[in-house]
Amino acid sequence: MSLLTKSSFWTFHGGVHPECHKAMSTQRAIQTLPLPKQLIIPVQQHIGSPAELLVTVGDTVFKGQPIATMASQQLGATIHAPSSGTIEAIKKHNIPHPSALDGLCVVLRLDGDDDWGDYQPIAYADLDQYTNKQLLARIETAGLVGLGGAAFPSFVKLKNSSKKGIETLIINAAECEPYISCDDMLMRERADEIVKGLQVLLRLLQPTRCLIGIEDNKPEAIVAIKKATTPFDNVAVCAIPTLYPSGGEKQLIKILTNKEVPDGGIPFDIGMLCHNIATVYSLYNAVIKGEPLLSRVVTVTGDGVKQPQNIETLIGTPVSDLIKQAGGYTEKAQRLIMGGPMMGFTLPHDAIPVVKASNCFLIASVSALQQTKSPHALQAQMPCIRCGKCMVACPVNLLPQQLYWHTQAKDFEKVVAHHLSSCIECGCCDFVCPSHIPLVSYFRFAKSELRSQQLTLEKANISRERHEFQEFRRQREKEERAEKRLKHKAALQRKKASAKGKNPKADAIKAAMVRANAKKVARAAEAKANSVIKKNPQDEAKGES
Amino acid sequence: MQFKTDSSPFVGSVSHLGGVMRQVLYALIPAIIVMSYFYGWGILINIILAMIIAVSFEAVSLWLRQRPIKAFLSDYSAIVTAVLFALTLPPLVPWWILMVGLFFAIVIAKHLYGGLGYNPFNPAMVGFAVLIVSFPLEMSQWLHPRWEEGNLPNLWESLQIVFKGTHELYSQDQWDSMTMATPLDDMKTELRSHYFSEIIITDSYGWVSGRAWEWVSIAYLCGGLWLLYQKIIPWRIPVALLSALTCIALIVNLWEPDQHQTSLFYLFSGATMLGAFFIATDPVSAATTPRGQLIYGACIGFFIYIIRTWGNYPDAVAFSVLIMNMSVPMIDYFTQPRVLGAKREKS
Repeated sequence: MSLLTKSSFWTFHGGVHPECHKAMSTQRAIQTLPLPKQLIIPVQQHIGSPAELLVTVGDTVFKGQPIATMASQQLGATIHAPSSGTIEAIKKHNIPHPSALDGLCVVLRLDGDDDWGDYQPIAYADLDQYTNKQLLARIETAGLVGLGGAAFPSFVKLKNSSKKGIETLIINAAECEPYISCDDMLMRERADEIVKGLQVLLRLLQPTRCLIGIEDNKPEAIVAIKKATTPFDNVAVCAIPTLYPSGGEKQLIKILTNKEVPDGGIPFDIGMLCHNIATVYSLYNAVIKGEPLLSRVVTVTGDGVKQPQNIETLIGTPVSDLIKQAGGYTEKAQRLIMGGPMMGFTLPHDAIPVVKASNCFLIASVSALQQTKSPHALQAQMPCIRCGKCMVACPVNLLPQQLYWHTQAKDFEKVVAHHLSSCIECGCCDFVCPSHIPLVSYFRFAKSELRSQQLTLEKANISRERHEFQEFRRQREKEERAEKRLKHKAALQRKKASAKGKNPKADAIKAAMVRANAKKVARAAEAKANSVIKKNPQDEAKGES
Repeated sequence: MQFKTDSSPFVGSVSHLGGVMRQVLYALIPAIIVMSYFYGWGILINIILAMIIAVSFEAVSLWLRQRPIKAFLSDYSAIVTAVLFALTLPPLVPWWILMVGLFFAIVIAKHLYGGLGYNPFNPAMVGFAVLIVSFPLEMSQWLHPRWEEGNLPNLWESLQIVFKGTHELYSQDQWDSMTMATPLDDMKTELRSHYFSEIIITDSYGWVSGRAWEWVSIAYLCGGLWLLYQKIIPWRIPVALLSALTCIALIVNLWEPDQHQTSLFYLFSGATMLGAFFIATDPVSAATTPRGQLIYGACIGFFIYIIRTWGNYPDAVAFSVLIMNMSVPMIDYFTQPRVLGAKREKS
């Protein structure tokens, strides 16, 4: 297929070339961490809502036993005990999240046996024996999420696509962030397992073609994956030019297929699905070997650790254990970043656990993070001169200079009109700004401000509706009361009137009076007596109306 | 272990404002050399005096606005404004002309609007426009460029002219004979009674325009191309400006052959090249979107032609740029590029 073997690709708008620093962590093979004493396992490690606990303090759990799972119809993934031990506590603990807020965690004291117990995995040797449903169920129970960083539940992603089928399967192995090399090492060392995982995907999704995008700064990985995928003629390994952020889902799709994912949409909208290469590897673990997602490969790197390397570690391992494995801190350890230097976030201390989404822990000095000869650390922020370098660098074709201008003015209407929602916070604009403006921070501020405005608006709408309904209800009650009163009045008067007609005593008195009058009048004049008698029926008529 | 927190990206830019502005200054060097050759010491005196005055105004304004003086002076923006402004003035203008122009450029057009990055109008052009409106005589007396040795005043004489005026050294007649109108002005007057092809072969014209001016323009062009190569300025503005000017001149010439200035004449005379590469590309006051830059540049080219041909002023770059500065917010708003994945607009 000529389409698959082509060596030139399309490109996305913008992008930058940060220094890679990947070689520092690829000198050693992937190391396995000895069993830690204690694991801290957050109950939410995925996009969606937190999982519901299945265990209580004091329970003994086996390796691979679910300790928290999703209620039905909730978006999320099951969490398993990564090793056997006792639940020591269930409490709020610092979790690796940009908000730096605490999250509910299960603290598991390991017994060191690493015992599968009742949860011994059952391997699926031959995929053809099993139905798609069985395979999907295995992915769901394994608690698989996207390991590239977003941690979207894989089952949900695959379920929808496997129903309708897709045209192109994209495997994201670009790994464009500087410093990170976990996918690179995984491809170099475990290409065969990755391909087995890929077979599961091909089987489930039946795509016409599968494109594996790898940045060309990882030649060993490209060779390994190319070799392992030779038997498949609809799978192509694409060595794409190194350009940050080519690992962004939409950017990678643009590079490989020249198609654009609709703004606000997902790749599935154009018949594609994108999976991270590390996710594909854990698909192999989950489906073929039957092991849930208990561990992952994490890069521990930077000039802040003595021996930067990639470590296969259990989910929940405290970062401090990884640092020990990496030879401990150097005196340059000034920042602890989860993720890369472009899009990662800092952690306040190293007692924070590894989660499913942790791909890298970067420990570095502030100056080492900067590019060589960068005056950034020394230079203050200057005003924007609208030079447009950010616009040229923006991978989604935004106008960061205009967004910044309107954000500064807090003119959020204009900010929305300039498509802030499309910003992926990749940091390219910051990276090129000659005025050293922290643009991404401004955009995050604008996004949170817009969100809180939206919430306030919704709240205000609800109060308005409630107020309007209250007014309506009051009006209605008032009307009802008035109607009631009117009816009541009418009834009373009717009663009065009918009483008038029925009371025999009054009639007798009236009759007597009439008679008396009649006598009086008859005595005076006959004509006058007639008029008095006529008056009575008129009174009755008045009373009834 | 505890760590300080921060927000991404943690990698910063290698370029900085001062560096960008310095590149612009380097790109002006060829033009300064060529102009100094043709017009003598007056050019350098203008530039140095303008730099001193501009930096003083800048420092005082920053001090009054309670801004960090050192940080903002080291961005070189005041010096760039000063040099650009000085290059638009005739050599040997009185020192107070520079004072007045730069006061409007630096204090009024720049700092009253909020300083660097906030000025809607190009400061150098505001200064120039104020002067050409207020002091048309001083602003239109250009020395005869160097034809042969010895027709230009030496350094000492130049300084005397600048600070004391001309009357101590020269009589009014002498001074008048030393100065002339610019080729742009001269051509406009002559075209009333002659054909273009007749005028261009006279003594004060070279191959395509004024004898000194064509070389000055080429020097600006070289500097501008270097800026383009360094990616300091966007290509769209100069390309749009020069092509619009060329096209309009071509069309008018086809309509009435030989009765109007040719495209080449307009491209290589006056401040066309300076305007296209150094003035219209001032990022602060120019349009910033790709399509917007094309529109902005083309409109400046259009207005340059209109004002030069039918207007009253010797050159039109300043007014054209200022007119378009006004339209920038609107142009930018309506020419936003298509965001990745957004639907293509129906055309």
